[in-house]
Amino acid sequence: MKIGVVTFPGSLDDIDAVRAVGFAGGEAVPLWHDEHDLRGVDAVVLPGGFSYGDYLRCGAISRFSPVMTEVVEAARAGMPVLGICNGFQILCESHLLPGALLRNDQRKFVCRDQRLRIENTSTPWTSDYEQDAEITVVLKNGEGKYVADEATLDMLEGEGRVVARYLEVNPNGSLRDIAGITNERGNVVGLMPHPEHAVEDLCGPGTDGLAFFTSAVSALLRA
Amino acid sequence: MARVVVDVMLKPEILDPQGKAVHGALPRLGFEGVTDVRQGKRFELEVDELTDERLSEVHEIAEKLLSNPVIEDYNVYVELDEDDDLEGLA
Repeated sequence: MKIGVVTFPGSLDDIDAVRAVGFAGGEAVPLWHDEHDLRGVDAVVLPGGFSYGDYLRCGAISRFSPVMTEVVEAARAGMPVLGICNGFQILCESHLLPGALLRNDQRKFVCRDQRLRIENTSTPWTSDYEQDAEITVVLKNGEGKYVADEATLDMLEGEGRVVARYLEVNPNGSLRDIAGITNERGNVVGLMPHPEHAVEDLCGPGTDGLAFFTSAVSALLRA
Repeated sequence: MARVVVDVMLKPEILDPQGKAVHGALPRLGFEGVTDVRQGKRFELEVDELTDERLSEVHEIAEKLLSNPVIEDYNVYVELDEDDDLEGLA
């Protein structure tokens, strides 16, 4: 099962995402921002970092990179896509997901072990979690405040499209404690916290994040 | 040659932490009369000639790239020199 991980200029967590895919039993395939080529992958991860220096708006320039043309088209056709942190920002800028991510309420970059609840386990990225599983993964962002208008928030909640919600602390002022959402079809997931930093006991707050990647591997095996 | 300016501002209902930070610094400098600050972006686009077509392209650029309509509003205007010829513009 080939899972592509895109590297943009300024990506930071692409190598961690590649390792996480490997730990989950998948084959990670590096993808390059400047190529119109998904190299035959079955799913794509857009990793965290500061693509294009976060210039203009986070994700605004990456959205128009050659590889994203292919990712957007594949996502619309149903390919599983996971955007983590900067990847979530890129998915919102690409209009694959509704809403936007703004500077944290408290104006500080936040780095902490964050408690989350997984509220939608029907996506290809969360199917290995129990419904309402409570997990701890790393959260690190400066512009992680999820916003959308009230109607969009109500729609997301009504359709069960809030994938993950912050527990105990809302670290960035995200509306309704939203940490991650999915699209209407359920194949595209955007997540502000970093499951790829919680896949082995040696470093990070445990292995609670691994199921995002094992979920995708099993979803692709089933497909 | 002409200059078209695009101003991009966060929508009024969106909290602007940077503007708040700037506002918070003003009393420390002794400026007491400012009740709010909002921070935006100004883009200066140099265009080869000022035509309706070019202006509508600038609107498209502003909408597609320079602003994010989910959170921002934009405003396009032409910056004029005295000897600019405006004939032919709608």
